[in-house]
Amino acid sequence: MNGPRTRVLVELAQGAGEAGVREVLSALRRALEESGLAEQVEIVQTPALSGSDRGVAVAVYPEGVHYRVTPQDVPRLVEEHLKGGRPVEELRASPPEEPGPSLRLGRQVRVVLGNCGLINPEEIDDYLAAGGYQALERALAELSPQEVVEEVKRAKLRGRGGAGFPAGIKWEAVLRAPGPEKYVVCNADEGEPGTFKDRLILEGDPHKLIEGLVLAGYATGARRGFIYVRGEYTLSIARLERAISQARQYGLLGDDILGSGFSFQLEVLPGAGAYVCGEETSLLESAEGKRGWPRIRPPFPASRGLWEKPTVVNNVETLANVPEIILRGADWFLSLGTEGCPGTKVLPILGQVKFPGVVEVEMGIPLRTVIYELGGGLLPGRQLKGVLVGGAAGAFLSPQELDVRLDFDSLREIGATLGSGAVLVLDDTTCLVDVLASVLSFFHHESCGQCTPCRAGTDVLVRLVEQVRRGEGDERTLKLMLETAEVMNLASLCPLGQSVALPVTSALSRFRAEFEAHLAGAPCPRCQEGGR
Amino acid sequence: MTDQKLKLLARYPRERTRLLSLLHELQRANPNNYLTGEDLRLVADYLNLPLSEVHDAATFYSLFSLKPRGKHVIRLCKSPPCHLAGAWSLLAALERELGITVGETTPDGLFTLETTSCLGVCGVAPAMMIDEEVYGRLTPDRLREILASYRGEA
Repeated sequence: MNGPRTRVLVELAQGAGEAGVREVLSALRRALEESGLAEQVEIVQTPALSGSDRGVAVAVYPEGVHYRVTPQDVPRLVEEHLKGGRPVEELRASPPEEPGPSLRLGRQVRVVLGNCGLINPEEIDDYLAAGGYQALERALAELSPQEVVEEVKRAKLRGRGGAGFPAGIKWEAVLRAPGPEKYVVCNADEGEPGTFKDRLILEGDPHKLIEGLVLAGYATGARRGFIYVRGEYTLSIARLERAISQARQYGLLGDDILGSGFSFQLEVLPGAGAYVCGEETSLLESAEGKRGWPRIRPPFPASRGLWEKPTVVNNVETLANVPEIILRGADWFLSLGTEGCPGTKVLPILGQVKFPGVVEVEMGIPLRTVIYELGGGLLPGRQLKGVLVGGAAGAFLSPQELDVRLDFDSLREIGATLGSGAVLVLDDTTCLVDVLASVLSFFHHESCGQCTPCRAGTDVLVRLVEQVRRGEGDERTLKLMLETAEVMNLASLCPLGQSVALPVTSALSRFRAEFEAHLAGAPCPRCQEGGR
Repeated sequence: MTDQKLKLLARYPRERTRLLSLLHELQRANPNNYLTGEDLRLVADYLNLPLSEVHDAATFYSLFSLKPRGKHVIRLCKSPPCHLAGAWSLLAALERELGITVGETTPDGLFTLETTSCLGVCGVAPAMMIDEEVYGRLTPDRLREILASYRGEA
């Protein structure tokens, strides 16, 4: 490989500027300049995988040594390691055999995030060196489209966007659909509050997604694919564009891929700020250049999708699983996770927890392990009040339910949902009325306005919860909230309106006493402060 | 000016699927961060669409504005994770610091204040975006520093 001999990966500054990322970067540039190494060392920013209480994650390659450093540590790192060739033991973050930059990754199994934080996401050569595009090569050389579909079906890969629908079934429907015009669309409109997992894949390993998309195209007979990325993810969009042009140069995208005769074009479409476009039919409308209003389903996109043609719509994480399934086989995938939900799940951990961040674990991991081992537990002196699992469209769980396993089936059994996988931890300083009010205000703002149950229902729910917050309602207020939620669930056109019922009913059933206390006039500092 | 805009549009195929990309391009090129009537007409002509349909899309999406905005657009996240982390107090601090309320632009034309749904950086809540830059782990003090850095650059 040409270019710099050494590469330093630095945690992406994404909002963490005050944690010292910007300072570490400028200290690094200065120290490299002073020691005359600027030409030989390349600095690359990539998403960090876990929060930390100390320093900035930095990794030095090709040695693969991971550090946690402060700006003051940088001159020493440059002098001893980059110049002198000796890793600085005191600054090391984790043993080199660990897959990632943090010690707290012991429970993780990384399939989708396997390369994240380890390779330069802006260089296709790095992805190739990590075994990238081998699955595509194998599929094009040895497998028929039907065989690729079979492998994905056998692996029981379920959609990671929230609904958990088997990807192989969608693929098969599109493969079997008549006509030459078919499409593959990647849903990268990650907008579920508390969810920031797809962004890590897009920013940290865009080629893995591209490889998954080309495989989906080959398997279903689509010749054109789109990645619909939310407009706010500007870095994701830039990295995808760059990765696509590199893949084209290498003959891994475009006409006659790897001489196989199979052609596939891929384009990035930016969204423009609308949560409802995460719903697949709204996304298709938006991708067609219209307002993102959901369509009535059925027909489902697999029969009538983009421009009314058969279309596969899959989430980023789902597609990023495909290369490994094709390369290592369905049996390997089935050995991970649970029987009904094989594989891993990328989970954002956030809220009042010591180490917010993103982890990848086997499906079926107990909620307790995620919060107390991977998330580091609660802040000192705090008690757990509840957990919101699955994003704003998820369910509030009580501390008695921490043994529930995180997979699509186990959560459904207790009336909850895995959703996007977000685990929002709430401690005893929070007020459930206040949190629910924030959730409802989000849905009120994002309701697209097309159908009455959702447009009017979100409005009614916001008014009711604000009444509770002010202590103005009574028992009937709570009853009306539940009835409104039920109507929305039954009568809304799309999952946005339907899913509002879950946070409302779960909050009112598990934390009813807190709502009743507000109605009885108990003073609540959170509601007084935040009620605006 | 119109020629420059046409050049921006010409980078894209004349396919309706590119509607949002075209609107993004023209809005980004406008120093006041908004889409003018001319912009919408140019896009409609370029894609051979009725103006009403371009207007329909432009008004649906929250990232587009049909009114002039400040040089920098501040978008504070108020989704539940940021709300829990104290976004409401930041909103008050921003309004105080800038002397405007949500949706308004400062008299010097430097900032427009907006709120937004989840930005996908919840690990560092509370967060906001200024233009395309994300800032997390915000506190009122930190907020003042950030605003000062934008003011200094103006």
